[in-house]
Amino acid sequence: MTTSLLTTDARTKKRNAAEKRFKAYGLGAICIAMVSLVFLLGSVLSSGLGAFQQTYIALDVQLPEARLDKSGTRDLEVMSKVTTIGYAPILRDALVAQVAALGLTTDLSDKDVGKMISKEAAATVRNRVLANPELVGTTVRFDLLASGRIDGYFKGRVTAESAALDQNTSPEALVLAQELKDAGVIETKFNWNFFVLPDASDQRPEAAGLGVAILGSLYMMAVVLCLALPIGVASSIYLEEFAPRNRWTDLIEVNISNLAAVPSIVFGILGLAIFINFMELNQSSPLVGGLVLTLMTLPTIIISTRAALKSVPPSIRDAALGVGASKMQSVFHHVLPLAAPGILTGTIIGLAQALGETAPLLLIGMVAFVREYPAAYTSESGLFGEAATALPVQVYNWTQRSDPAFFERAFAAVITLLVFLLIMNAVAIYLRRKFERRW
Amino acid sequence: MQSLTPLLLVITGLAVAGYFIAKSRAMKVAGGDIRTLVSLPRQHALNTVLSTSVPALAAILLISLYLRLTGGQGSWFFGFVVIGLAVTGFATSLIGIKQDRRARTLAERWILGLLIFASTIAIMTTVGIVFSMLFETYNFFGQYDWRNFFFSTTWSPNFRGNSDLGILPLLWGTLYISFIALAFAVPIGLFAAIYLSEYAGPRMRSVAKPAIEVLAGIPTIVYGLFALFIVGPALRDYFAEPMGLGQSASSVMTAGLVMGIMLIPFVSSLSDDIINAVPQSMRDGSLGLGATKSETIRQVVIPAALPGVIGAVLLAASRAIGETMIVVLGAGAAARLSLNPFEAMTTVTVKIVSQLTGDTDFASPETLVAFALGLTLFVITLGLNVFALFIVRRYREQYE
Amino acid sequence: MQDNKITARNVQVYYGDNQAIKDVNVDIADKTVTAFIGPSGCGKSTFLRCLNRMNDTIDICRVEGDIRIDGEDIYDPKVDPVQLRAKVGMVFQKPNPFPKSIYDNVAYGPKIHGLARNKAELDEIVEKSLRKAALWNEAKDRLAAPGTGLSGGQQQRLCIARAIATSPEVLLMDEPCSALDPIATAQVEELIDELRQSFSVVIVTHSMQQAARVSQKTAFFHLGNLVEYDETDKIFTNPEDPRTESYISGRIG
Repeated sequence: MTTSLLTTDARTKKRNAAEKRFKAYGLGAICIAMVSLVFLLGSVLSSGLGAFQQTYIALDVQLPEARLDKSGTRDLEVMSKVTTIGYAPILRDALVAQVAALGLTTDLSDKDVGKMISKEAAATVRNRVLANPELVGTTVRFDLLASGRIDGYFKGRVTAESAALDQNTSPEALVLAQELKDAGVIETKFNWNFFVLPDASDQRPEAAGLGVAILGSLYMMAVVLCLALPIGVASSIYLEEFAPRNRWTDLIEVNISNLAAVPSIVFGILGLAIFINFMELNQSSPLVGGLVLTLMTLPTIIISTRAALKSVPPSIRDAALGVGASKMQSVFHHVLPLAAPGILTGTIIGLAQALGETAPLLLIGMVAFVREYPAAYTSESGLFGEAATALPVQVYNWTQRSDPAFFERAFAAVITLLVFLLIMNAVAIYLRRKFERRW
Repeated sequence: MQSLTPLLLVITGLAVAGYFIAKSRAMKVAGGDIRTLVSLPRQHALNTVLSTSVPALAAILLISLYLRLTGGQGSWFFGFVVIGLAVTGFATSLIGIKQDRRARTLAERWILGLLIFASTIAIMTTVGIVFSMLFETYNFFGQYDWRNFFFSTTWSPNFRGNSDLGILPLLWGTLYISFIALAFAVPIGLFAAIYLSEYAGPRMRSVAKPAIEVLAGIPTIVYGLFALFIVGPALRDYFAEPMGLGQSASSVMTAGLVMGIMLIPFVSSLSDDIINAVPQSMRDGSLGLGATKSETIRQVVIPAALPGVIGAVLLAASRAIGETMIVVLGAGAAARLSLNPFEAMTTVTVKIVSQLTGDTDFASPETLVAFALGLTLFVITLGLNVFALFIVRRYREQYE
Repeated sequence: MQDNKITARNVQVYYGDNQAIKDVNVDIADKTVTAFIGPSGCGKSTFLRCLNRMNDTIDICRVEGDIRIDGEDIYDPKVDPVQLRAKVGMVFQKPNPFPKSIYDNVAYGPKIHGLARNKAELDEIVEKSLRKAALWNEAKDRLAAPGTGLSGGQQQRLCIARAIATSPEVLLMDEPCSALDPIATAQVEELIDELRQSFSVVIVTHSMQQAARVSQKTAFFHLGNLVEYDETDKIFTNPEDPRTESYISGRIG
């Protein structure tokens, strides 16, 4: 029966082959997960980075008094009667003049040349003029937004073939754009406005920005932080330190772990029914969004806070009680400060989760098209009561538009969102590393 | 809303004033020597602040709720009640300041009350969810036959009335997509967890584990965008069209695959916990008999961990069923009962979104059906969660 | 004097930078019970785990020196630890039956090593092993019941049955009775004495009385060194090394 250990028998060989196969499956699974991650992030980056650049046309624009301020009084009320429709031809003429001055020839009609300028540009110029009426009658240099198609051409999204089928542009316009670029009139610059400007209508993707969405998200995070943190910490303290073990606390515990797994959209229904229909808070407002996200994040914060409290050894509590502190004092003076880094980490992760959440916000009306920056407080709509959108909802909104230029912006918004999340998680990891304590 | 602001100001003012008055009064009672006091002046002050504000704020909360429920208007009477409560608390706590008064115990009683209140918010949330949906679902079934809702195989809402609102095609889409997602995520997540906990060296672990966790931290809207613009068109161009299975970029397959990617970290981290809970002695026993690692894993570790793994899969299933953004962007909007995974289908969550966004009329069954759908979704996921958590908990106890 | 089953020369074991075993030389005879005794942390369990390469499963553990079973170097790269462990079975400190039926627990080893051609042979191996482990009478009517449902002593005997079902030539036991009550301990000790007929048994124990009761030869380990190795009677009545004397008289450890 004794066989030598130095020779491997056939059966062992077979078993070792099975072992290798099994290991390969495991490695394969990891590879699939990693490849998915790389592919996901890679495609988001490659589709979205373009939107951080924006094409501008630098033009010297004459602002003729005859058209912008017929009265000559520089009275704002009179001047504001000239709408953007009155400004558009001025910009068109400036561009046509610039083309002529450079000695470029094109088959395009003046109207089609004008189409190379974004519809938003007229509004930009008008606002500048109304803010400073003295500009009328002078020639001012403006950096005007190029239209989405011209912008797309320089980013490779629009080509001569696609332009031939497009009503909004033409291959000739692209040729002219290229010549203008070579002449230094058209320039592509970093798109700071993307983070500042509000959303724009379907016709002018080049002007759409995340300003309102970032502000709305910020307001909601403020609401979540101010509500979820104290409530979460208070209820964790009760459950972990004071609650007797009975049916009621059992019920709360089961309830919390279940709430953590309730689909987020259900919280949206709750928000719609309770906060909007029943309590009659404002639709689309960061207050309602923040309340819904608070209820959603609460279980996450409670679970991590309880873990942090649990990791503080009982000897600390005993020591405090031993010198005559009350139970409440031992918790607030000793246990809570020691658990604070863990609580903070959990809170940041909860906030990050809330920042990326979309579905419930769709139901409480945050999909609305909002161009006004919401104020934090107004006397009519109260605290955080003005309509706003949020970063992830803005992404969803842009996917629903017809112009593909919005898709690029949706990806760019996702990149922005991911950068925010990255920062939050990095802070959480840093805090955890820095304050990690082994008992 | 606005009528509350003066009330809140009055309460805050009283509380702040109470803090300082109580402190100085306590010092006076002590005759300048705080050692003669049972409780510190600070604790008297805290007691005054809490006695003033807590009952008054609680009254505001209750009265607002009462007014909402009865549809009544706020009146001077309620204002007096609130102010009265605040003043009473203010006065009694100040008058009560004596040398032997146990202000600390009293203050701590208020704090405990606040802690208990905070811990009931989780319960109130659940109650709120259930009631808000039950109420509107009841209204819905008042207008639409529940048998048609549960058993009809067509979904075609029509805002002029005469809608068919059968849940079956939505449930089918939901389950089909979840099935594909799980079929993708469970083997990969499980194998990844096994590899990481049983084979991988520390270097590999330190790279792969955080990378997989990153997948978990990505918001679902990002996955939705990925499905809509990248995966959907790719599946259509390379699989569906060449195979003659359809021309739609939104499909069950698109949503299922992307959701599968989303669920990988969920399955793997849960399985990782569960596999690590299997005691090392069990592995040693098997290895000591001359079993290979894979034999040990397949025949000892996995069977031992099976209940936990099943619980993890059920939790993942509940996550898949309730997922919204990926299916809104990736699955399509057509309610259909079909087996072809490359066709667009729709889910319960997609329809909740589409029925409740835009102009909604809370009297029509086309809007109210969303609440019935929400309730159905809630009941299904709750059932799965309770069952899964029960299994996982029992499993953990087994090895503790 | 019987043949030497295992010979170990200049064995060193390191956990990372810590040396756990220093220069151990020992010859273990066939068909005898050899006991390793010593204070906790002295390296006796570590050394035992070298004999069937269970230390391979610990990443930071490194073994040097020469360990031979029947003259074959078990750390030779050509040796498959899987085959080695089939030949050198092991029973652990804490009873660790698999969460399977009693039958499947015992049949596990023969199944993975392909020792039975059919069900009847497997049944026979299971019955033989359970009989040898003195568990047959208690277990024969409940072979399908889970192994985890047995009492502690029964579980440990099940683990012994499981180990002998692969027909090993050496049986390593790592404090097999430390988790058992006195009655179960007595049963297992009796069993060890019987197992001597068929195997070479190496047992690690922290109980000197147990070593004295079951073993023929005893090795005393202290701080990673093999201090003294001799006939059990001699070690307990007339030890040569003062450290051994101190230990068995209760002055250290």
